[in-house]
Amino acid sequence: MALNIEGTIEGSSQLIGGDFTTAGEASTLLKVKLTELGVAEDIIRRAAIATFEAEMNVVIYAAAGWLHYYISPQGIRIRIEDMGPGIADIGLAMQEGYSTAPDWVREMGWGAGMGLPNMKRNSDVFTIDSVVGEGTTVEMVINFP
Amino acid sequence: MKLLDVANALSLEVKSFKDGLQKDVTGAYVSDLLSDVMANSKQGNIWITLQTHLNIVAVASMKGLAGIVIVNGRQVQEEVLKRAEEEKMPIMVTQMPAFEIAGKLYRLLA
Repeated sequence: MALNIEGTIEGSSQLIGGDFTTAGEASTLLKVKLTELGVAEDIIRRAAIATFEAEMNVVIYAAAGWLHYYISPQGIRIRIEDMGPGIADIGLAMQEGYSTAPDWVREMGWGAGMGLPNMKRNSDVFTIDSVVGEGTTVEMVINFP
Repeated sequence: MKLLDVANALSLEVKSFKDGLQKDVTGAYVSDLLSDVMANSKQGNIWITLQTHLNIVAVASMKGLAGIVIVNGRQVQEEVLKRAEEEKMPIMVTQMPAFEIAGKLYRLLA
């Protein structure tokens, strides 16, 4: 597979808390960019899932956030920073099935406690930092084969 | 099997992107949890669900699904159909509940 990447290609999207109508747009932009660059389909799929889940978390829990991506010949790095309530117990939040989402969000089929585990599963490197009352930053790296 | 053949055989009411009925169907996935669909559905699957809000279009399109089947004759809002048209995603409605449509579809695809 010939990758058409020189240096680092960067992009950013602003994420708005509570805006379910635009959720998925940032991951779509990343998907389009990766497709343009000739990245393998399974890598694109992993990046898209991880990014979409991260976007949803900002939409569901935070007031606002940013998504930044950096694509290099080695892989993709995605960083999501939000101004949200923060996560008190990250270990608990990472557990499949654990969620603090309100009922109306669960009725939409979100908030099943699968978001963070999905993000981790689709990343080669996954880090999460959170300060209660300030916000959460997630960084995910997906390496090219 | 083409989506068109599935839609005809199961009398699905096609509500958006009729051009997409030429897509090949690889199987189906039944779930109302969107993260579950993102994690476990496969490209070319038909997604059977009762969810009708805007995010189903983004999830289906992200996973490259063949189409979405809404169960129990639930109404889909115009705004959602418009987005589905833009994203080239067929949305179909059945009067059947999920168990029944899944059973019929399983038999059809097996």
